[in-house]
Amino acid sequence: MNKVSGKAIPMIPRGVRLHEDKVRGMWVLLAPERTINLDAIGLAIVQQVDGKRNFAEMVARLGAKYAAPVDQIEGDVADFIIGLTDRRILELS
Amino acid sequence: MNAVANIPAPIAMLAELTYRCPLSCPYCSNPVEMAKKDSELDTEVWADVFTQAAAMGVLQLHLSGGEPASRRDLVALVRAAREAGLYTNLITSAIGLTQRRLAELDAAGLDHIQLSLQGTDADMADRIGGYKGGFDRKMQAAEWIVEAGFPLTLNAVVHRQNLHQLPQAIEMAVTMKARRMEVAIVQFHGWAMLNRDALMPTREQAEEASRIVAEARVRLKGVLVIDYVPADYHSEYPKRCMGGWGTTGLNVTPDGTVLPCHAAQSIPSLEFDNVRDKSLSDIWYQGDAFNAYRGEDWMQEPCKSCDRRKLDFGGCRCQAMAIAGDAAATDPVCVKSPVHAKMAKLAADFSQDDSAELVYRKSP
Repeated sequence: MNKVSGKAIPMIPRGVRLHEDKVRGMWVLLAPERTINLDAIGLAIVQQVDGKRNFAEMVARLGAKYAAPVDQIEGDVADFIIGLTDRRILELS
Repeated sequence: MNAVANIPAPIAMLAELTYRCPLSCPYCSNPVEMAKKDSELDTEVWADVFTQAAAMGVLQLHLSGGEPASRRDLVALVRAAREAGLYTNLITSAIGLTQRRLAELDAAGLDHIQLSLQGTDADMADRIGGYKGGFDRKMQAAEWIVEAGFPLTLNAVVHRQNLHQLPQAIEMAVTMKARRMEVAIVQFHGWAMLNRDALMPTREQAEEASRIVAEARVRLKGVLVIDYVPADYHSEYPKRCMGGWGTTGLNVTPDGTVLPCHAAQSIPSLEFDNVRDKSLSDIWYQGDAFNAYRGEDWMQEPCKSCDRRKLDFGGCRCQAMAIAGDAAATDPVCVKSPVHAKMAKLAADFSQDDSAELVYRKSP
């Protein structure tokens, strides 16, 4: 399982855009030569990424919004974010 | 919408804005017979094509050529593409991109730039590109691109003459702060077909390239994403033809002809529609060329009963045409093809031809 420091701030870098694909009825991240299809959970995570909020705050907000214990969702959110930072689609600062 | 059952909407469109180009790379994917400048689509028609594409479900637009910066209306075209909602990628040699023009492209909303690399020094790059001074101009423009903040992909086309520079090319991508790199061992279509003897890598080079890429992917995880196109003449199984013919992408040529892939005009039995005559949607869903190799009904043995058909769709139709003489045949790269041995011998013979001269692309 991946770990992300609670103080790390995820951001969507230039060249990556959240886009509503109306033809297919879903949300996607558009990136260079890549289109990442977002399911409901992926979209909820990406919507928390504003370049200001840190990882701990993001997880707390997601926990509150979906009435889920933070220690249960933290690993999943970290996996999602690391999966995208490894591919240079999100950045951590 | 006139979507048809079982035919997915296209995701990507390659718009070849012009065949004009200051470089004359001997592996250019453009056809050997190119249309003249006066037959290029104008700004308004391209803008309409972008709007149609977005409405059909295209998300990614690749502006290519030739050299797309040779179009005087490039900024207007980028603006039109962004207004249509498309992710807009410029595929360029960077020759003809000034700081001022980059600022205008930035303001117009250009999302990403893919920069081609012909070699890692001026001697190699200028010789392969056939343009003296081209490398220095490219490096200058690359600095401007990075300064302007555009996300950058470096696209290195490698072959027998420059494969030894692959490690330096990867380091260049890191130095330029590129997020992505494409390492493409030259694919033999278009002008490259005339240069198989001069460009075919040896089997040892092809294996070395795969090792270098695999090592760099591990070492540069989270720094540089590397996409890799291996040397398919030396492979045992073929590449996935366009991710499936008529399932994912389409290509519009400078005069508005719509192709299932950029080399499809090498298949003489196909007839192609043009955006000047029909809607893009009609062409995608009903066009004969797009339906020719959709699904599996067209397949022959050994593909027809092979489990790998779901993985590679029988390989490249244009390569089947070029080597087996039948566009519906198994791609001869496949070990199960009856002409695989011929293909392997061709590759070996071409890769040993040290006397071969480069045949340069000629612009229209």
